[in-house]
Amino acid sequence: MHLAYPAVLSVLLFCTGLYGVLARRNAILVLMSVELMLNAVNLNLVAFDVWLSRAAEERLHSGQALTLFTIAIAAAEIGIGLAIVLAVHRNRGTSDIDKLRDTAEGHEPDGPDTDTPATGTAAEKAEATA
Amino acid sequence: MTLAAASHGFLSPTGVEIAFLLVGLVTFGAAVVTVTTRQLVHAALWLVVALGGLAVEYLLLTAEFIAWVQVLIYVGAVVVLILFGLMLTRAPIGRSPEADSANRWAALTVAVASAAALVWVVVDAFRTTWIDLDGPAAGSTAVTGASLFQNWVLPFEALSVLLLAALVGAIVLSRKARPARAGEASPGGASPSGASRSGTSQTGGAR
Repeated sequence: MHLAYPAVLSVLLFCTGLYGVLARRNAILVLMSVELMLNAVNLNLVAFDVWLSRAAEERLHSGQALTLFTIAIAAAEIGIGLAIVLAVHRNRGTSDIDKLRDTAEGHEPDGPDTDTPATGTAAEKAEATA
Repeated sequence: MTLAAASHGFLSPTGVEIAFLLVGLVTFGAAVVTVTTRQLVHAALWLVVALGGLAVEYLLLTAEFIAWVQVLIYVGAVVVLILFGLMLTRAPIGRSPEADSANRWAALTVAVASAAALVWVVVDAFRTTWIDLDGPAAGSTAVTGASLFQNWVLPFEALSVLLLAALVGAIVLSRKARPARAGEASPGGASPSGASRSGTSQTGGAR
């Protein structure tokens, strides 16, 4: 098999994920796009490992081992990421990343979180952002 | 073209290449629909198609263990997690016009430009490189297990510790954060986050 087939498919998937990360507004959709990018990298690793295991007599199978590690780390990442999104949604009532502008410079903070003078929300915000 | 291209027959694809191309088209199409559809649940379901297509690509590259791990973890676990996340954040069923942000065209420009540059570089670099798929499989379970437990034991064990830490972190993050009660949290907690965390750990058992 020509090596360009998996390499080009990997490039296209990566750029699709890049578009999703930049253009999506819901945080869970951004996480799904990040998964697409990670999968593109995995395909590249597997293709180059299969190539090098024959062409260069590479016996470590480092590409496939790294792919397994990437899959496990992606599973951990999606778990932590969804937990953070759920915490933000519980505290702010939204998972819209365009409205989470507390640390942005040069913008007035807008959104539903500025006018919630309930007691205890400061501690929850500190815990959510910590 | 060089000798390598001449020996393999340039632009005369084999059966594996045709299968790879067709499954790749399906995978890429599903990925595009995933990042462009306005229905959030449909995006997650199209992600299943894309990840399953990638598992088939791994099988075509004779990396069968990776393919089954992909099916088990991604299609089985990650997509279910994403669907639960969509459900718990009360994602709207049906079309939501707020799915795409305003900088869609800038994002499209960046993505198309990077795709063009990367495809050009990759095709130019690996124009005369072929993967030899004959012979025993390069990624069967025996081969992968032997290399993983002979050469990669230490990263493997470190990864298990990382998974445990991620599990504990996800549990801590997704506990319901109760506001700190005045009586039990104020003497010990100096910072507000520590105060609320000690308060939740004490009230968490009662609820």
